[in-house]
Amino acid sequence: MLQFVARRILYMIPTLIIVSIISFIIIQLPPGDYLTTVVTNLRATGETVDEATLAAMEQRYGLNQPIYVQYWKWITGILLRGDFGQSFEWNQPVSALIWGRLGLTFTMSLATLLFTWAVAFPVGIFSAVRQYSIGDYIATFIGYVGLAVPDFLLALILMYVAFKVFNQSVGGLFSPDYVDAPWSWGKVWDLLKHLWVPVLIIGTGGTAGLIRVMRANLLDELHKPYVVTARAKGMTEARLILKYPVRVALNPFVSTVGWTLPILVSGSAVVSIVLALPTTGPLLLRALMSQDMYLAGSFIMLLSVLTVIGTFISDILLAWLDPRIRLTQ
Amino acid sequence: MANSVHPMLNDRKQVEREAGGPAVPNNSRSTEEARVLVASQWLLMWRKFRKHRLAMVGGTITIVVYLVVLFAEFLAPFPSNAFSSQHTYAPPQPLHLFDRTAEGLRFSPYVNGYSITINQAALKREFVVDKASKVPVRLFVHGTPYKLLGLFDADLHLIGPSVYDEDPTRIIIPMYLLGADRLGRDVLSRTIYGTRISMTLGLVGVALSFVIGLTLGGVSGFYGGWVDNTIQRVIELLRSIPTIPLWMGLAAALPSDWTPLQVFLGITILLSLIGWTGLARVVRGRFLALRTEDFILSARLDGNSTARTIRVHMIPAFASHIIASLTLAIPSMILSETALSFLGLGLRPPIVSWGVLLKEAQNIRAVATAPWLLLPGIAVIITVLALNFLGDGLRDAADPYGR
Repeated sequence: MLQFVARRILYMIPTLIIVSIISFIIIQLPPGDYLTTVVTNLRATGETVDEATLAAMEQRYGLNQPIYVQYWKWITGILLRGDFGQSFEWNQPVSALIWGRLGLTFTMSLATLLFTWAVAFPVGIFSAVRQYSIGDYIATFIGYVGLAVPDFLLALILMYVAFKVFNQSVGGLFSPDYVDAPWSWGKVWDLLKHLWVPVLIIGTGGTAGLIRVMRANLLDELHKPYVVTARAKGMTEARLILKYPVRVALNPFVSTVGWTLPILVSGSAVVSIVLALPTTGPLLLRALMSQDMYLAGSFIMLLSVLTVIGTFISDILLAWLDPRIRLTQ
Repeated sequence: MANSVHPMLNDRKQVEREAGGPAVPNNSRSTEEARVLVASQWLLMWRKFRKHRLAMVGGTITIVVYLVVLFAEFLAPFPSNAFSSQHTYAPPQPLHLFDRTAEGLRFSPYVNGYSITINQAALKREFVVDKASKVPVRLFVHGTPYKLLGLFDADLHLIGPSVYDEDPTRIIIPMYLLGADRLGRDVLSRTIYGTRISMTLGLVGVALSFVIGLTLGGVSGFYGGWVDNTIQRVIELLRSIPTIPLWMGLAAALPSDWTPLQVFLGITILLSLIGWTGLARVVRGRFLALRTEDFILSARLDGNSTARTIRVHMIPAFASHIIASLTLAIPSMILSETALSFLGLGLRPPIVSWGVLLKEAQNIRAVATAPWLLLPGIAVIITVLALNFLGDGLRDAADPYGR
């Protein structure tokens, strides 16, 4: 097991390095260099730019040095000092802007994951045990529709219905009273009251996929001899199914986390923009539109890095649950 | 590699080829047998596929959608950029096929006109569909000229108002079967043109990812070892990055002075650069499974070169799986494009795609005044569902010997 974990960590390191390189490339892609943009922006707001500040910035980002030196300065700044650079649009260090939003994004993704499990588990079992029943068809159909409807469209429709029928807005994650309040139990409860809307919207696609996997896996198990034996011995059906085949069929719940997590994070980015949630999505879009590249690049990198780590944790969990995996690899 | 497997067999083939004798009839007979076998397998698949009713429905819808792509100009009443400043956010006019005249019910399609009042307080036009006024609608009407399939001059439209303006960018007689957008453009026509762009992008994108996926997946599965290991790591890397933020970052970097066509190609390439991994996995999986099959071994022992083994023996054996995966890859490509364009980072006007159309409905105020702006979304849902059903059916049929 330890060996498996060590190997996975070894695999993860190049991934993280490449992710950081891609993010750095994205930062560098827009034409014109960072310093010129900053100076233009400062001039536009009527501030005077003194030479000493410029020189200090040039030194800090290594701006007139080759690209790999710039990358090195950027990445060591992040790793050693937690310095992600400066957001010129907000005129604040990037690190002051991102952590709160990243936290909310991953809270939302995690809540969605739990929701997906909570729904897919019973529905998947039902669909498999009562194969070709009306319930199975309905679940399958809803699953397909969930896969086909883009998240943002679902968000728009929900917003429209809430607006027309209930005459209220579903946007935001907090009530006005709590937006700027410090964290407290009241705020957490308020968050939970708002969170279900985006969770429902982002979760539909993943739930549909997981139901199908659960159903297929359980169907494979249900006709195996050990199930027949248990049944012949007079075990009650509910106990029999939950105790043996379901346990084997559960693997995908953990093994799919690896590819569900990126999808959830992606989905939450788009849905957040439509619903104007205070997560990474809207700020990332705005940063990209105004070419506030250090902010945008940091978002993309941290979203990716955290997703990679999430995938890594799910891999470890899976290996812990299923010995076959750590033995074959 | 195959050449080194069995030198004796190679020698014998060499001798036969030089003698010009028995090798020729032998070869042609075996290919003939192969042809029969392959044909019967496809037939088996078709039989199995036909039993999958949802897949048949999906397949039919897919064909219809691609016909819309081909004949968009004929089906759309107006060009995609035709507007009418008098009809901003005009609601849909229901189409009536039969008219009650003095002589009884007659086939004479019409739509009700609008009565327009200007709300002084809100400073906007308010439309009421006026039941009393009738705007005649003609089938196979001569309207705005276009080039059919880009080849033939034509001006026939399936349905349209009886009169067209000389200027193709103007709508003088309103016929908004699905309503109008903020510039008084016809949502139906724009959805039809959007179908063309979105579906084409799906096809081109999948074709690109197919080339990358087949090459890398094939190499990975056929050679194994460190090549396989490296490619698998790259795939894992790409799959563990959340795609939408990454696409957003890359798409935002496309130069803003690019023409819409360049943007279209740029976005397609971006989507397929990340989208090939799924296909590569399928190809690799099939290669790995087939590599140890007896008929591949015997093909190698017969002295086939690697390229020939892949081309003649392996590809036909997994072509059906690939087709199924390709079909399933198209909808995700379409959904990605729609999401990107919706955010304003994908395709840009004047190119009309489903995502560009849905961008019009981005804020709740627009949706509240004109909920019909969401209608292109229905086109997305139906198409994606149809392709998913079709792909599922193909995947089941791809292995006709399974359960």
